[in-house]
Amino acid sequence: MAAVSISGVHKWFGQTHVIRGVDVAIADGEFCVLVGPSGCGKSTLLRMIAGLEEITEGEIAIGGRVVNRVPPKERDIAMVFQNYALYPHMTVRDNMSFALKLAKRSAADIKQRVDRAAGILGLSSYLDRFPRQLSGGQRQRVAMGRAIVRDPQVFLFDEPLSNLDAKLRVQMRTEIKELHQRLKTTSIYVTHDQIEAMTMADRIVVMRDGIVEQSGNALDLYDRPANTFVAAFIGSPAMNLVPGVARIDGGAPMVEFDGGVRLPAPMNARASDGQPVLYGMRPEHCALGANDGLPAEVVVVEPTGADTQLFCRFNGQEVTSVVRDRVACRAGDRIGLMPDLSRAHLFDATTGTRLAA
Amino acid sequence: MRPEVELPTAITVPRATDSQGMSYLVSLPRRIVTVWIPLGVFVIVLLFPFYWMVITSIKPDAELLSRTGNPFWVIHPTLAHIEKLFFRTGYPEWLWNTVLVSVVATFVSIACSVLAAYAIERLRFKGSRYVGMSIFLAYLVPPSILFIPLAAMVYKLHLFDTRLALILTYPTFLIPFCTWLLMSYFKTIPFELEECALIDGASRWQVLVKIVLPLAVPGLISAGIFAFTLSWNEFIYALTFISSSEVKTVPIGVVTELVEGDVYQWGSLMAGALFGSLPVAILYSFFVEYYVSGLTGAVKE
Repeated sequence: MAAVSISGVHKWFGQTHVIRGVDVAIADGEFCVLVGPSGCGKSTLLRMIAGLEEITEGEIAIGGRVVNRVPPKERDIAMVFQNYALYPHMTVRDNMSFALKLAKRSAADIKQRVDRAAGILGLSSYLDRFPRQLSGGQRQRVAMGRAIVRDPQVFLFDEPLSNLDAKLRVQMRTEIKELHQRLKTTSIYVTHDQIEAMTMADRIVVMRDGIVEQSGNALDLYDRPANTFVAAFIGSPAMNLVPGVARIDGGAPMVEFDGGVRLPAPMNARASDGQPVLYGMRPEHCALGANDGLPAEVVVVEPTGADTQLFCRFNGQEVTSVVRDRVACRAGDRIGLMPDLSRAHLFDATTGTRLAA
Repeated sequence: MRPEVELPTAITVPRATDSQGMSYLVSLPRRIVTVWIPLGVFVIVLLFPFYWMVITSIKPDAELLSRTGNPFWVIHPTLAHIEKLFFRTGYPEWLWNTVLVSVVATFVSIACSVLAAYAIERLRFKGSRYVGMSIFLAYLVPPSILFIPLAAMVYKLHLFDTRLALILTYPTFLIPFCTWLLMSYFKTIPFELEECALIDGASRWQVLVKIVLPLAVPGLISAGIFAFTLSWNEFIYALTFISSSEVKTVPIGVVTELVEGDVYQWGSLMAGALFGSLPVAILYSFFVEYYVSGLTGAVKE
């Protein structure tokens, strides 16, 4: 186990600047998730940690040792690939013992480690099968088993669940988290799925266009997004961002929307009078009121049993609300959406940064 | 870990040939027209040369040269031509020379091509694309142009009239072809497998030997068959570089020693051609599946 530190890292592919100065410090034993839309550079960053891509500028250190010029096999890492990358011509046992054989471990040691990993992952009865004879979930486990047997300093996961169906993905997500709690090995996990990030991570690093937008634990990102990108990326359905103008005339600060509708500003927000802002409210923090709040027209009602999602329209913009109870709304109804002022946010309309008190 | 909700049985991918699909709609007459008649035509066209070789090699000279009678049938079959071929010419020696030269040239070429193709395709050194292109261009240069400079080199190296002359010159056209074929095959091997092996602690050489080559077996086999066939049938170089009967290969021996002046010994010629082409035909039929997948190439996980 080891801490991983990434400092001032840049990556150029020819003329393309893919990673534009990333600093992340991952503590020993931490489960860190790199998340962001496709093309944000998260996989490239992971591949640089693995040593599969050269670091153009900056420094990556694993366990205090700078690894910029260290080949992958000497970094003491294990990686799980999106398509599992199981060796098709080897049995599960051979796949799992490949690295150990290369490291010239004794046969007894190899057998003991493989059997232990297979036991942890429930693969004991599949050791003599070939990868093509396994289902997607089993292949995924073999890929993890191959990483576990080596007992490396760091686990790297590159979107390991995206080839699985939705149900299996949820199950494997829990298994990986359980495994991490058990082994406590520093893990770096790349995904584009924010729910995966939220549920698994000790620390989430949200990336966009080669830079880190925000890093912190799941609830930090959810409660205090640094900017509109993180606000819209974390949470599902996404946060509503309604454009308006801050108004401070005497009394309590307000936000005025097109058409003259006013809402009180969120409690923790500070904006100057006349500043164009985005009013951020999460769908789950919008209560339904009859007359107060944003006057909106219900477009679609989607009951899921546990809660009801209302897709509404205000000033031509879609605004979503999730209500715990069952509601008697129908499409076409006019309702008022009242945000929870203690959990709403204001963002600067031009820079997108959160206007915190 | 909790038990997974899925079938524990192996998932076998159905092969395309097993699938019946909409074949229930195909009636018998339709099947005859679309399947059996074309198949029959193919069989006749492809097997006729062999039939003609067999029939000619067992015809007595009188029947061979007579203008009457059915040319497609033999009335008094004889083994005289074959006996002559094997016991009164250098044919067994030629056969041995051909096998030796083809096998050695093939192995040398495959070994070089594997290294070249892997380097061009996966090490991606500077200018690797141009090297790949130029190797392909080298293949396009016809042997009929190359044999003159090659002859000069063979002579200077004192290799003239030796098997080594052929073993060393055949790779000049085998390596470009095999490299090109293996490059496209290596391309189908997912590079994650190699990256994974590199992280697992393998060196480049171990990646090549333990991961890439086992997966490229169909490609290696098809490259091998191609190289073997090309060297087996090679004519110009063997004709130019060899003059003694005991180091001749089958294609040259048959043509130079069974045609005496303007007398064509058709019976022995055809027998020589038959026994010269059978090994290749048999080789093909054993490896045809590898061969096709090697050319269409795909590594499935």
